[in-house]
Amino acid sequence: MSYLDNILFAIVLIIGFGYFFNNIKKIIRNINLGIDVDRKDNPSSRWKNMAMIALGQSKMVKRPIAGALHIVVYLGFIIINIELVEIIIDGLFGTHRIFAFLGTAYNVLIGSFEILAFLVLVAVTVFWIRRNIVRLKRFMNPEMKGFPKSDANYILYFEMVLMTLFLLMNASDLHLQNVPGGFSHFIQAGSFPISQFIEPLFNGMSNEFVMLLTEIFWWLHIVGILVFMNYLYFSKHLHILLAFPNTYFANLKPLGQFDNLEAVTTEVKMMMDPNADPFAAAPAPVEGELPAKFGASDIQDLNWVQLLNAYTCTECGRCTSSCPANQTGKKLSPRKIMMDTRDRMEEVGKNIDANKGVFIPDNKTLLNDYITPEELWACTSCNACVEECPVNISPLSIIMDMRRYLVMEQSAAPMPLNAMMTNIENNGAPWQFNQQDRLNWKNED
Amino acid sequence: MSENLIVPTMAEMLAQGKQPEVLFWVGCAGSFDDRAKKITKAFVRILNRANVPFAVLGTEESCTGDPAKRAGNEFLFQMQAMMNIEVLNGYEAKKIVTACPHCFNTLKNEYPELGGKYEVIHHTEFLKSLLDTGRLTIEGGQFKGKKITFHDPCYLGRANNVYEAPRDLISKLDAELVEMKRSKVNGLCCGAGGAQMFKDAEPGNKEVNVLRTEDALEVQPNIIATGCPFCNTMMTDGIKNKEKEADVKVMDIAELIANAQDL
Repeated sequence: MSYLDNILFAIVLIIGFGYFFNNIKKIIRNINLGIDVDRKDNPSSRWKNMAMIALGQSKMVKRPIAGALHIVVYLGFIIINIELVEIIIDGLFGTHRIFAFLGTAYNVLIGSFEILAFLVLVAVTVFWIRRNIVRLKRFMNPEMKGFPKSDANYILYFEMVLMTLFLLMNASDLHLQNVPGGFSHFIQAGSFPISQFIEPLFNGMSNEFVMLLTEIFWWLHIVGILVFMNYLYFSKHLHILLAFPNTYFANLKPLGQFDNLEAVTTEVKMMMDPNADPFAAAPAPVEGELPAKFGASDIQDLNWVQLLNAYTCTECGRCTSSCPANQTGKKLSPRKIMMDTRDRMEEVGKNIDANKGVFIPDNKTLLNDYITPEELWACTSCNACVEECPVNISPLSIIMDMRRYLVMEQSAAPMPLNAMMTNIENNGAPWQFNQQDRLNWKNED
Repeated sequence: MSENLIVPTMAEMLAQGKQPEVLFWVGCAGSFDDRAKKITKAFVRILNRANVPFAVLGTEESCTGDPAKRAGNEFLFQMQAMMNIEVLNGYEAKKIVTACPHCFNTLKNEYPELGGKYEVIHHTEFLKSLLDTGRLTIEGGQFKGKKITFHDPCYLGRANNVYEAPRDLISKLDAELVEMKRSKVNGLCCGAGGAQMFKDAEPGNKEVNVLRTEDALEVQPNIIATGCPFCNTMMTDGIKNKEKEADVKVMDIAELIANAQDL
């Protein structure tokens, strides 16, 4: 490679990583639009969750076929990234297979990369068939129309192209390594269990032309990776990064334990305190601070973990396929709750970017404009979606916070629920029975 | 009035200067719902038989607030919680048993932060402890050769990881425990949780309880066992919907144990 090549490559790298980190900053900024919640307790349990669930894929294998295929792609991704280090060094300094000095170990490495690349190709093909030919039910829900459907396929195409380029690059490289008497700077290094079968493709071409092809494959491969990395920000594929913090910060409490709103506790204590002055003026609001809402109508009312959840969601639909409401034809889809949250977060983020760092109200909210009350009221709070999520996302917590807003801020509960709540207020039971009759069962036949 | 249930209240106990071993939290369904009252009585019969010194709050008990909280009314929930906590702490309650997973979950998980810290157990766990310690013995003869399937209540199973106690009890009955295709951690909801019990379902193509009943009927049980008054109602309605009342009974674990003992 000439000197110019290396400088050009350095520039491409800087642009690729620069744009990527700029978008990562935006993601962090958007996640921080959420309210605070403490998820720093029990670091040991949190590390363990991250190791088991994100790194160890323990919840992925609940569905064995998808789980096994996913592990192949995941291992391929992690391990082939090791080879990226060499590819980048070679590109920057014009070297050829800089790690070749490792000898036998190097051959084992390159050989295993090749086998993994091939297995990834197989797995990704099966994934594509499941989505586009078999058309598994959970990939066909209404929220999967348009970009989400294309997004899933783009990711698979990216992976197919990148793996193919990687193998082609190795095959042409091998071809030049085997030129009798040697060619240019191509030393004999590596083992090529897969690309040895592609290598004959180059027979009959001039060595210079094959070298040009090698460079083209190399460039397309590395630029493809940089483009893919920058595609993450726009895609559900973000999970390859966010699955780790998401499992770390996930809820550790029993699934049945819903949080108690502190603001409510303060008010209820005031109401029940016999010494409280009923005519006391409310404390003056802090200058410039909006009064807190009860529950959530928009993304700024959710906590940052819920927003992180939305960015982490991979739209696999396991939650929706296990949701009793969804299975019986209701509009609720836990996956849609997460997708809507992310879409709204992106919209708010763009609004902030366009207005020099300040959010200008756009007369829209997550509630009604994205998620309808009909969806929210269909939830049985059964926790199937939370249990099912391979990365510990909780659609239920968002549903509950939005119900709180509907009931406490808008008094917009369905009529029968209002009746139930009136009964609890008046008689201490959800039905119209007198509290004084609570022990009557003892003497009934 | 043929049976003589002994049901002391906490107030009576206090008057005698006694503290029961366990407070039985009956819950609204267990107190007022005709079907659930049978479960309450079955459980009391077992407690009486095993000579467990227990007491109820009676007219001093009030809704835990679970349906209000799940419906989104945090105010009403916390008002109920604080009233109940005041009563419970007044009696210095330490250990609470309940046959309702919703009360169980709320008392166990959501009351502590508001000042109500108790050891809370589900009645299936309590019954299992009675058997394990020999305070209760069962002859399983009556259920020999019967197929029983257990429907996991969401608020007992997924919400609190109690899966084994009810199954251990069924296995003590000499019955054949058959698992539905979706059980334990993958169990399907009966459709009543999250305050759905008190409202109509949103438009769809089926009722959740009917779907769950189909799960149960697939394994051709003689009895569908539950551990929750709401699940019981939902599964019973499901069986009616499928016109299977003659072949399949829906029973709470407490009723199975009480029947096994001819109580």
